[in-house]
Amino acid sequence: MSTRIALLVGTPKGAFILDGDAARRDWSLRGPLCEGWPVHDISLEPGSGALLAAAGSPWYGPAVWRSEDLGQTWTHSSEGLTYGDDGPKIKTVWNVTATDDTIYAGVEPAGLFRSRDRGATWEHVAGLTNHPTRLEWQPGNGGLILHSIVPHRTDRERVWVGISAVGAFETRDGGATWETRNKGVRAGFAPDPYPEFGQCVHKMVMAADGGEHLYQQNHCGVYRSGDGGRNWEEITTGLPSEFGFPMAAHPQDPKTIWTIPLNGADRGRFMPDASAAVWRTNDGGDSWIRSGEGLPEQAAFVGVLREAMAVDRLDPVGVYFGTSTGQVYGSADEGRTWAMVADNLPPVWSVEAAVLD
Amino acid sequence: MIDAARPADVHLPRSLIALFPGAPRRIAARGATVAELIEDLDSLIPGLRNRLLDAGPSIRAHINVFVGGERAALETPVPPGAVVHVIPAVSGGSVVRRG
Repeated sequence: MSTRIALLVGTPKGAFILDGDAARRDWSLRGPLCEGWPVHDISLEPGSGALLAAAGSPWYGPAVWRSEDLGQTWTHSSEGLTYGDDGPKIKTVWNVTATDDTIYAGVEPAGLFRSRDRGATWEHVAGLTNHPTRLEWQPGNGGLILHSIVPHRTDRERVWVGISAVGAFETRDGGATWETRNKGVRAGFAPDPYPEFGQCVHKMVMAADGGEHLYQQNHCGVYRSGDGGRNWEEITTGLPSEFGFPMAAHPQDPKTIWTIPLNGADRGRFMPDASAAVWRTNDGGDSWIRSGEGLPEQAAFVGVLREAMAVDRLDPVGVYFGTSTGQVYGSADEGRTWAMVADNLPPVWSVEAAVLD
Repeated sequence: MIDAARPADVHLPRSLIALFPGAPRRIAARGATVAELIEDLDSLIPGLRNRLLDAGPSIRAHINVFVGGERAALETPVPPGAVVHVIPAVSGGSVVRRG
């Protein structure tokens, strides 16, 4: 069977799938899927290849949707996706991340759930909610949301999560206990710019080598860590702005990541000078390279949200992102040149790239 | 007490039954209250309870249930043979996400 690419796109009007060929030039659109539910994130379950969609309906509540036939048919469940009858009501699911044996879901208000039966039932990871700092968590502009879920590649007991306006946490005991992982990350909007928690992580990813190397795009800069988030080093220098949302890591090279700076939290949150560009580092953040070839050079008042950038695992790696104004762009040469993949979609909330062999 | 002889005549919205392939728009269900009725509906259409009820439990904010044409709560009695409508509220279609 020849290799194909499917771009999984989450929007407020449902999921869409862009089916592409191996050359990553020709694309066809399917959707809206998931009955038009707002979909914040779509990911692929390792092994089974099932699609998982993190969603929340304004009428029918939160659920994780599942498709085992590449989006032709779907089931959904929120059984157990609750803080209990006395707890806060869950608005939506922001992120779904699967490992070989566990699916994690990050929800609003911020909390982590997991499923060990392929999404049929869910269990609250209460250890995070019971963290001593919980009563002081405050929502960010997008709400009190748990959006980044980063499982360790080999150690099943270790998971990192990112919560907007709260920061990063790590568990090393399968979710029973959690520690903050924000040392060295600025909170430029706070009286103490380096608090234990309260940093506004926007997206956290693991480097290709797995294990201890992490990167994050924050409200206040871009950071790397070489020790599993115990210490962070700012690598914003060379970028046009410290503010942005998405980040993607190269699947083989641990020193290559991509980010899309926006002009600032209080300046409209579009690309600097309204000129679209993706920025790449090949040296772990020591230097940055701007790439705008093929993207709108002017009057591009577009933003890109935290889940709306993805990479595939082909050689050279494909990079994709979706905009707040409904375009999807793709690069088949690791982000050096770009072409439009789709236009006139609803605002794009998430993009994931699935390689179908 | 559930009236076994005369179930309620429950009308479900298109957007709800679309989530459960094969589910009918109109279904007979039993329960002395709306809460019991929803439990019975969940046994007939597994998973339906979670789509209608939030923590509390309470009827979701943008879902309306009418019994005999009157707006109902979970504890509202359901008379034998009552006509029950489940209707998504017109207030529920807005999706706002900032960022």
